[in-house]
Amino acid sequence: MSRSFYDEMYDANGNCRPHYQGFERWLLETPSDVLAQRRREADLLFHRAGITFTLYGDAQGTERLIPFDTIPRSMPLSEWKVIEAGCTQRVKALNLFLNDIYHEQRILKEGLIPSEQVLANECYQKVMQGLDLYRNVYAHIAGVDLVRDGDGTFYVLEDNLRTPSGVSYMLEDRKMMMRLFPELFAMQRIAPINHYPNMLLETLKSACPLDNPCVVVMTPGRYNSAYFEHAFLAREMGVELVEGADLFVRDEKVYMRTTAGAKQVDVIYRRLDDAFLDPSAFRKDSVLGVRGLLGAYRSGNVVLANAVGTGVADDKSIYPFVPDMIRFYLSEEPILSNVPTWQCRKPEDLSHVLAHLPELVVKETQGSGGYGMLVGPAATKAEIEAFRERLKANPAAYIAQPTLSLSTCPTFIEGKNPSRHIDLRPFVLSGMETRLVPGGLTRVALREGSLVVNSSQGGGTKDTWIVEDCE
Amino acid sequence: MLSRTAGDLYWMARYLERAENLARMLDVSYSLSLMPQDGSGNGLDELAMPLLITGTLDDYLKRHGRLNADRMLHFFALDAENPASLYNCLASARSNAHAVRGRITADIWENINATWLEMLVIADKGLPHYGISRFCEWVKDRSHLFRGATIGTVLRSDAYSFIRIGTFLERADNTLRLLDARYKLMGEREDPDDRSARAYYQWSALLRALSSFEAFAELYRGSPRARKVAELLLLRSELPRSLSSCLEELQGILASLPGDNGRPAKRLAAELDARVRYTVIDEVFEHGLHDWITESIEQLQELGDAIHSAYLEVA
Repeated sequence: MSRSFYDEMYDANGNCRPHYQGFERWLLETPSDVLAQRRREADLLFHRAGITFTLYGDAQGTERLIPFDTIPRSMPLSEWKVIEAGCTQRVKALNLFLNDIYHEQRILKEGLIPSEQVLANECYQKVMQGLDLYRNVYAHIAGVDLVRDGDGTFYVLEDNLRTPSGVSYMLEDRKMMMRLFPELFAMQRIAPINHYPNMLLETLKSACPLDNPCVVVMTPGRYNSAYFEHAFLAREMGVELVEGADLFVRDEKVYMRTTAGAKQVDVIYRRLDDAFLDPSAFRKDSVLGVRGLLGAYRSGNVVLANAVGTGVADDKSIYPFVPDMIRFYLSEEPILSNVPTWQCRKPEDLSHVLAHLPELVVKETQGSGGYGMLVGPAATKAEIEAFRERLKANPAAYIAQPTLSLSTCPTFIEGKNPSRHIDLRPFVLSGMETRLVPGGLTRVALREGSLVVNSSQGGGTKDTWIVEDCE
Repeated sequence: MLSRTAGDLYWMARYLERAENLARMLDVSYSLSLMPQDGSGNGLDELAMPLLITGTLDDYLKRHGRLNADRMLHFFALDAENPASLYNCLASARSNAHAVRGRITADIWENINATWLEMLVIADKGLPHYGISRFCEWVKDRSHLFRGATIGTVLRSDAYSFIRIGTFLERADNTLRLLDARYKLMGEREDPDDRSARAYYQWSALLRALSSFEAFAELYRGSPRARKVAELLLLRSELPRSLSSCLEELQGILASLPGDNGRPAKRLAAELDARVRYTVIDEVFEHGLHDWITESIEQLQELGDAIHSAYLEVA
């Protein structure tokens, strides 16, 4: 992989790429004070609307805004088509993989993936073994994290098959851009994404054989970092937002407590992890879940989206096998590439990683949100040495990847527009078919040189435009 | 609708209505404290009134020892340590709204959230700096906006009903307490038909605080006195802040709620409504205004409990 950066807006010669030219003209013509003023307006509107997240480890539970950047990330439709096909292919294969390992385990028997990698994985849920799911869908909602390397190729950084978040920012960012800069949308054809909640509701309804199932969104509660998103999606879909205490199980059916008595629930879009779902089946100390929920689920009286046990497929130690899954289940070549990955559980990989720590990115296989990772090139000597000890103590918990030269995009900071690194998370929905809205969440690392785009680590977001190709 | 959601909507509306009424209390006391006082002199008794009405005077004295104008105003309005302060009312309203933001319109949520953000700024500046009358006006304005957004944007279904139930229950309670406190202050010393200038200012300040001064002038065309003011605030259903008007609304909303589980609450609301509707003011005064009001406050409390157990409890 090359070490030079691919800029989304300008090519290597500093010329504006065709799909950005309209935007560049507009940017040059618009006085900087107007831009700055609209930028402030955006902050005010976000604050007023309370589009916020909370940081874990912050005792006050302070609500923060995710910084919104007014310069969009734009992509020609032809490029998007590849991503769309690649993400669809990947999520189809992952769903087939989950169905397989919870039934016949063909892929393990064929020896493509070492059995213990799957069966001894913490996220492998024995209770799912042999359970038939409607349409065989496990990950109804998936987020695929993509980055673009120096030569312009997209790589899949990771799959998110548990409770991927961020889609509300994708939608709110678009709403904000249309409100602040309607002229940009009049100028070129930008593919709409606002129908995502509608598509999500269709997906959730189709996850259950009933004609008009009762769908709810289940949240851990208002102190959860993604609470805004849970409430947002419930409102957009017009369904109830429930907490564990609102639900109860009777005769293996799930009901919610309403002002008119108990009402049966058929599909739960749950935004809490497996471990908290049911204190009688998983973590005993969970106060967020519903006693008996798993029993109702196993009896087929309620659908959980995503299914229990999807975490085994997005685990970073399983990630290296996804291209093989695509070949195995779909007899297709992967459209999107994986990032080369060293698995520290293998002694030869571990020694390579230990020898190259300053160049590599090392992640926990179970981690998410940018917590507990090492970005070699950005770390101090002391940080690297501290990490080396943790890695040696428990190698199986880590994987390592080369430091990708994430592509950059001009970003509105202090009135200038310096380049900052970005990634992309499209959201893939699996119901009757596997599909996605054109676009995704673009996250941007606001600190100069930083490659960590997570909101918990100082990342921001940009609106993502899929535009028709220019001549 | 989820019982928890209904509960949050109900309390959101109650806290906002309470905040508005606290501002009204503060407004009347503050303006009267600026009048020349007879006897005690410095208007401190008047400023202690809001604390007395809300039952927080003891807490105040425990903390601050003696009556002090600035401290009382701060304690009542902005003190984050005082659970009954206006500040905490708005915090609670915002917290309830936050819990159900998926079920309220963006207009309502943004209004409440913006109110809270502004409250933080005001609390930071301090009341003397912001201005007490201006503060009271601001709270009332925010409450008006909330009401406008509610009436103008919320689907007429359960959510709307529970918001309105919270509003009217709280309002009825506050009107009763305000009237009672003023009457006690006046009635203990003088006859209820007192024609003194002091009586005029006391009653007209109360009317103004309840935005009822114009209504009184139009309906009675005379100086405000206990009997007429009480009649207006208790029995005249044309006045939106009167007990009668609130009960009429409560009765109607409860009757329209679907389901059987609310029968005790529905019956109680209908009984209270009928009782007030077919009472004349002379009967109230024969019974004793203070006792009549005290009983009414207790009955409202019972109604609130009945609503709670029928609809809002997460059993």
